[in-house]
Amino acid sequence: MMNILKKFRFPILIAFVFIGLAIWIPDTAARSSQVTWDYFKEMALIMPAVFILMGLMEIWVPKDKIQKWLGSGSGIKGAAISVALGTLPTGPLYVAFPMTGSLIRKGASVTNMVIFLGSWAALKIPQLMVEIKFLGVSFTLLRFSLTLVALLLVGLLMETILRKNPDKIWLENVSEEMEEKNPGKIKM
Amino acid sequence: MVTIITIYSLLGVGLVASLIRSREKTKKAFKIAGKALLKTAPSLLTVLGIVGLTLGILTSETISKLVGAESGFTATIFAAVIGAITLIPSLVAFPLAGSLLRSGATVMTISAFVTTLVMVGVVTAPMEIKSLGKKFTLLRNGLGFIAALVIAGIMGVLL
Repeated sequence: MMNILKKFRFPILIAFVFIGLAIWIPDTAARSSQVTWDYFKEMALIMPAVFILMGLMEIWVPKDKIQKWLGSGSGIKGAAISVALGTLPTGPLYVAFPMTGSLIRKGASVTNMVIFLGSWAALKIPQLMVEIKFLGVSFTLLRFSLTLVALLLVGLLMETILRKNPDKIWLENVSEEMEEKNPGKIKM
Repeated sequence: MVTIITIYSLLGVGLVASLIRSREKTKKAFKIAGKALLKTAPSLLTVLGIVGLTLGILTSETISKLVGAESGFTATIFAAVIGAITLIPSLVAFPLAGSLLRSGATVMTISAFVTTLVMVGVVTAPMEIKSLGKKFTLLRNGLGFIAALVIAGIMGVLL
């Protein structure tokens, strides 16, 4: 029971904020609840499918292929694949996080994954159409090219930093998950 | 709508292929999915709540007022921070950015807003941390924010 409460401490905290808002600023509370409800419907529809896709990826996509296509040795080709995958019309960024986690576990490089997430968020083709319509072609093209360069630089920088100081806690969590998946193999 | 169609057609193709090759492994994939979904559920709910709160408080009108009230460098920093925090769908964000631009905001301010909006996700950070770790998330968003300011500076000079 305590465990569940601890896990859900942030959602509970937020629920209290909503209640407070409803008492003091009911207009804002109503708007916020409407937005949350809209996003909830969207997530409820999308997230189960996303996680099943991630599960299928975990099982079927071979590690050596991902290492070859998206690993640290994949060079410009790996970066190009990451951009291409990211620009496909596949929805909001939070859909990409579980997929990216899975790809990193399978050996994709940090640089390529930063490029992938960045293109997913910033360089989506349908989104660019809207941007051109409201902000003009030169604005959109310039932002597109500068963002691409920035993503590459951020990715390379992050790869260097994370190689020197890897995220130990996250890595441990992941190896725990891997052990769960192969019971008996590494059990002590 | 496009999102839903794309994801479910991918899922359909993947599931059929997986079932043909091995029912056992497909079951395993579902198990992994269920576990991961349960693990992410608290941060999903957190993100939902925060998105609602930020968008409820920072409506399009409030953002216009906030960004419009300031000018020059302060406005650009303001716009960058608002863009970094909020998660506005592009169908709403670009018209808003366009109207701000027409009502006198500088190119630098607008590009700071648009770039941080798409590159930095403060409200989705709990989910990003769950999937990719704290360090990755902090670095990606922190460096993304700095990069967005640099991009805004360059665009302000060039356009």
